[in-house]
Amino acid sequence: MNAHVDLLIIGAGPAGMAAALAAANADVKIAILDDNPLPGGQIWRDGPQASIPAKASDLRQQIQDTPNIQLYSGTKVIARAKAKQLLVEDAERGWLISYSTLILCTGARELLLPFPGWTLPGVTGAGGLQALIKGGLPVQDERIVISGSGPLLLASAATAKANGAQIPRIAEQASWAQVMGFAARLGQWPNKALQAFGLFDTHYRAGSHVIAALGQDRVEGVRLQTAKGIEEVACDRLACGFGLVPNVELGRALGYDVHQGALTVDQWQASPLADHYAAGECTGFGGSELALVEGRIAGFAAVGLQSQAQALWPERQRWQRFADQLQKTFALDPAIRQLASPDTLVCRCEDVAFSALAMQPDWKQAKLATRCGMGACQGKICSTATQTLFGWEPPMPRPPFSPARVSTLIHLEESQ
Amino acid sequence: MPELSIDGHALRVAQGTTLAAALALGGTGCSRTSVSGQRRAPLCGMGICQECRVTVDGQRRLACQTLCRDGMRVETQP
Repeated sequence: MNAHVDLLIIGAGPAGMAAALAAANADVKIAILDDNPLPGGQIWRDGPQASIPAKASDLRQQIQDTPNIQLYSGTKVIARAKAKQLLVEDAERGWLISYSTLILCTGARELLLPFPGWTLPGVTGAGGLQALIKGGLPVQDERIVISGSGPLLLASAATAKANGAQIPRIAEQASWAQVMGFAARLGQWPNKALQAFGLFDTHYRAGSHVIAALGQDRVEGVRLQTAKGIEEVACDRLACGFGLVPNVELGRALGYDVHQGALTVDQWQASPLADHYAAGECTGFGGSELALVEGRIAGFAAVGLQSQAQALWPERQRWQRFADQLQKTFALDPAIRQLASPDTLVCRCEDVAFSALAMQPDWKQAKLATRCGMGACQGKICSTATQTLFGWEPPMPRPPFSPARVSTLIHLEESQ
Repeated sequence: MPELSIDGHALRVAQGTTLAAALALGGTGCSRTSVSGQRRAPLCGMGICQECRVTVDGQRRLACQTLCRDGMRVETQP
């Protein structure tokens, strides 16, 4: 069932949904591919223990009600078959989809960094924990420590508490001065200020970070560095995320430019590659409001509705300033790069320890010598970690971009 | 409410529950054993890290991106 669409959008988070609905104003055939079972992206993830905002359900409903938008959930991009054609796969089948115009809305993932004990069961990302709870993970009466950096820590804590967990500590690596300075400027974005105060938790400590997860078969506690010294806290789970990393792999593989870890776009959300756009967190993280307006601009611009796109520039600028504040406030303390001990695994797929990598000059040599990055995640976790730890440039992504079935790869022949 | 089996044990879960959550509801929450013998469980929760990969009806799937369905046979990697 190979297909052609006028406009293909990758990702059904805020940016992707907004882009599709904006573009649907023109008479074009639109498809959205999304690798999760339900649309909404990470921020509006739905599930048995989730409550999504009215805005999100409204967008979902509109997508469903718009006849020229087709949503393919649970579908991953596996390879670029040829110019303007992708090989994709869902749980049942693989197929080719070609397009005239593409908008990447691939979002962001968490920055997960190695520290002693981070491979123990019960240790997750901070956003990772939130996603798992929304999907039905039971946390009633569990003690959960949340650490890392950024506003996601409070959001994750709120989800855990709403589902019956106790949160003995939230450890933010940024200093109190940075966090308070950020809070003081939130007045420019009143809805963000309300969100922040609504989420605030008395167990929040700035200037604190994880040193180690403790335990034998699973996490039983955490050792934290705080402003007052070292603190050990018993816990059933540790959720640790050091901020967000734009998902640029597919963009890079298609020939988009990457600058400072994000896809490069102009004021129309267009990449230097003709007919290829990008919007949302993959162009730099800034929250759902920025993603929504970027998505709408990309959607309008991609179908030739330039004046509607241009009318949204001031709104984008307002949320971009918020994003810039976020980046400044939660910049990583250099101490975070020193958390791994010699025997801490950095590559979790191939179980490669820090000591085996520290002597390598770059990613390629490390990979050849140790198998770092050659496992199932294809280096998505460890290449991001080694970029942060050692400054190594991440590798150019190679197909298949995700583990795929042979029966899917065979379809590549049909594109020749 | 879908009923599935995880490593031969029957489990009934709420509609919309992910397989990653079901692993914890039905047992230790672990999905696999690493190449050096460590037990592992879901990490990123969003389809990136591949730690939660399990076998569903004979096919390799990510537990965090798979919703539980009636009759699913799930095997973790011991």
